[in-house]
Amino acid sequence: MKLELHKIMVKRLVWGEATTVRDGVLYVNKQELISLISEDELLGKVDVDLAMPGESVRIIPVKDVVEPRWKIHGKGQVFPGLVSDVETVGSGRTLVLSGAAVVTAGKIVRFQEGIIDMSGPGAAYTPFSETCNVVLLLEPAKDGMDKHDYETACRTAGLKAAAYLARCCKSVKADKIVAYNHADIKNAMWGHPGLPKVGYIYMLQTQGLLHDTYLYGVDVKKILPTLISPLEVMDGAIVSGNCVSACDKNSTYSHQNNPVIEEMFKRHGRDFNFVGIIATNENVTLADKKRSSSYAVNLAHMLGLDGVIITEEGFGNPDADLIMNCWKAEQLGIKTALLTDEYAGQDGASQSLADSCPEGDACVTAGNANEVIVLPPMNKVIGVVEEANVIAGGWNGSLAADGGITVELQAITGSTSELGYTKLGAYTI
Amino acid sequence: MAYRIVHYINQFYAGIGGEEKADHKPESREGIVGPGTAFKAAFGGEAEIVGTVICGDSCFASNLESTQAEVLELIKKFNPDAVVAGPAFNAGRYGTACGAVCEAVSKKLGIPVISGMYPENPGVDMYKKHAFIIETSDSAAGMKTAVPAMVKLLLKLLKGEEIRCPECEGYIERGIRKNMFYDKLASERCVDMFVKKMNGAPFETEYVMPVFDRVPPQPPVKDMKNAVIALVTSGGICPQGNPDHIEASSASKYGEYDITGIDDLVKGKFCTAHGGYDATYADNDADCVLPVDVLREMEKEGVFKKLHNKYYATVGNGTAVASAKRFASEIIEKLVNDGVTAVILTST
Repeated sequence: MKLELHKIMVKRLVWGEATTVRDGVLYVNKQELISLISEDELLGKVDVDLAMPGESVRIIPVKDVVEPRWKIHGKGQVFPGLVSDVETVGSGRTLVLSGAAVVTAGKIVRFQEGIIDMSGPGAAYTPFSETCNVVLLLEPAKDGMDKHDYETACRTAGLKAAAYLARCCKSVKADKIVAYNHADIKNAMWGHPGLPKVGYIYMLQTQGLLHDTYLYGVDVKKILPTLISPLEVMDGAIVSGNCVSACDKNSTYSHQNNPVIEEMFKRHGRDFNFVGIIATNENVTLADKKRSSSYAVNLAHMLGLDGVIITEEGFGNPDADLIMNCWKAEQLGIKTALLTDEYAGQDGASQSLADSCPEGDACVTAGNANEVIVLPPMNKVIGVVEEANVIAGGWNGSLAADGGITVELQAITGSTSELGYTKLGAYTI
Repeated sequence: MAYRIVHYINQFYAGIGGEEKADHKPESREGIVGPGTAFKAAFGGEAEIVGTVICGDSCFASNLESTQAEVLELIKKFNPDAVVAGPAFNAGRYGTACGAVCEAVSKKLGIPVISGMYPENPGVDMYKKHAFIIETSDSAAGMKTAVPAMVKLLLKLLKGEEIRCPECEGYIERGIRKNMFYDKLASERCVDMFVKKMNGAPFETEYVMPVFDRVPPQPPVKDMKNAVIALVTSGGICPQGNPDHIEASSASKYGEYDITGIDDLVKGKFCTAHGGYDATYADNDADCVLPVDVLREMEKEGVFKKLHNKYYATVGNGTAVASAKRFASEIIEKLVNDGVTAVILTST
């Protein structure tokens, strides 16, 4: 399987009469975008705003971030099973508006939404202070709408906007083409003799109650662990439907640009033979945890893998899934490295994980999500700043009279990404 | 202006006396006493010991809370910028006292405080979360290396400089997690570590997973007819009024209570000290946590020989593993000495 990402570098956003990209500037036809998003009867008032790196702008509350992509050649279309037909993706050519992002924000779905500061101390903690953000400000069509319906509407709006922006630029020549090859199992087994065969157990948040992730449009809590090509992930086969703490929910953007996959491609053929990905879930019952961990690890075993990287999504309850995946793999002789984050309390003195096993001896963490940060006031707020008092990581009184916010890092979108999308980490004093 | 430092030492280092003077009551003196001289030299004029607070080790240990408060008051009067406690090396009671001083200063005064201890000093596990404790040798022979290390770190704290890893600064790891930005993305660090592990090369995890003790169950009691059974609980059951003041959470002690002639833990005579569960039912009938009534019946029936006339109780709510281990080793010794052959442990 071969996929080419045709990247157009976006450095600035400007309102324009036609949506297109020229010389690093993405022009957005505001009315056309609003009309497209407003087609959904579940949405009420829809507005669009722009936020650029370095501006004194705060976006709150943020639900998801999506990178604009559109398939310009080859089978299927981006975000299959959600805004496109269900067809296998991951081959051909996909146009990427690199440096641009769609941010869904506005009236909250649940408490677990986040903050993106485009400048100031908070900006260092979120990868999305470095993207040119087209922000969708959404409201439900009516008060008291079913939360699940509203989540679907918000999720779909973000995907539609991302697909629309890239589609409008489909005839523009890319600045950069990056090609990825991924061998089928037969060739993977023959390939790179002498190097260890390795894989990636990709844990997806699926606790339900609006903690959901979608694979080709299927709610992942209803699947058994399965194989997926890393190239399918790049075309949007995995989509976030999560309303969990903002710091370590994997936004759709971070799935599309999964940095673990990126790094494994870099090392493929040199340090190891990257055979494939096992996508698995994080369900709530013990039986589900046992079943999924056994099944995921058995897939790794059937593939003859010597080692797996395991990434978690979320914290607390899913720590149990992480740990089961870890020791079950190790007991079959499959070496593991874990990527998680920590909830060590505001003082950092508590135990960081809710579960542990001695086999988890190679663990990288994206930092302590409980650490408190003071975010100074910004000149402009896109969204509803009062939500700072209720979002996860905030408390009654987080929002100061001057517009400053004191919160745990937990409230900052992507700050402790367990896909490892930030440089944050922790150490013990 | 030099920083104002108060030094806490015990009766031995103050030259008052050894074990026979260990009940010496807290006192304070202007300026330097004993090892303060070494600190003065190491401070090199950047800081000055304005006062020394002294207390006997036994006095501190037997009245921990009240002495802690009393010592804190004496320290406060000097209006210090920072406090030095010890070093205590491997002296257990002295280490505990130094740790308690560190805790009080850090919590109540919010100023920098430092101590020095041998890693196995019980004061380390009890108080390392509250203060930086420089790792020392196990005896006062290590004074020469302990003092400069303590001074160096204390001055850094006073100046608000960044404190690096335990090995870099020479302090005992406190188990407190701090965030930092690394040079590489977490994803890259993870794949780096993974490759090292795959290759059998050395690597260092970023988070050492806590290892929970797994205690294998004891074999069944073979001769039940002749068994002497004791009750031990972490459910906080104690005589009405909690005479030993066992803490409702994070217990620092356990109680030993006589149940000679008691067949039933009746309301008004027994209650729970535990703050982690709804106490209504235990206060109403403490036998539901500590089943004295049932065991007395079985004793009468001859199922086993005897219910031990003492039971031991603590509170398991947020209590440090280190404390629980200490309680257990002491309780076990007493039970074995009393000829107990089996124990029923009840929690909540």
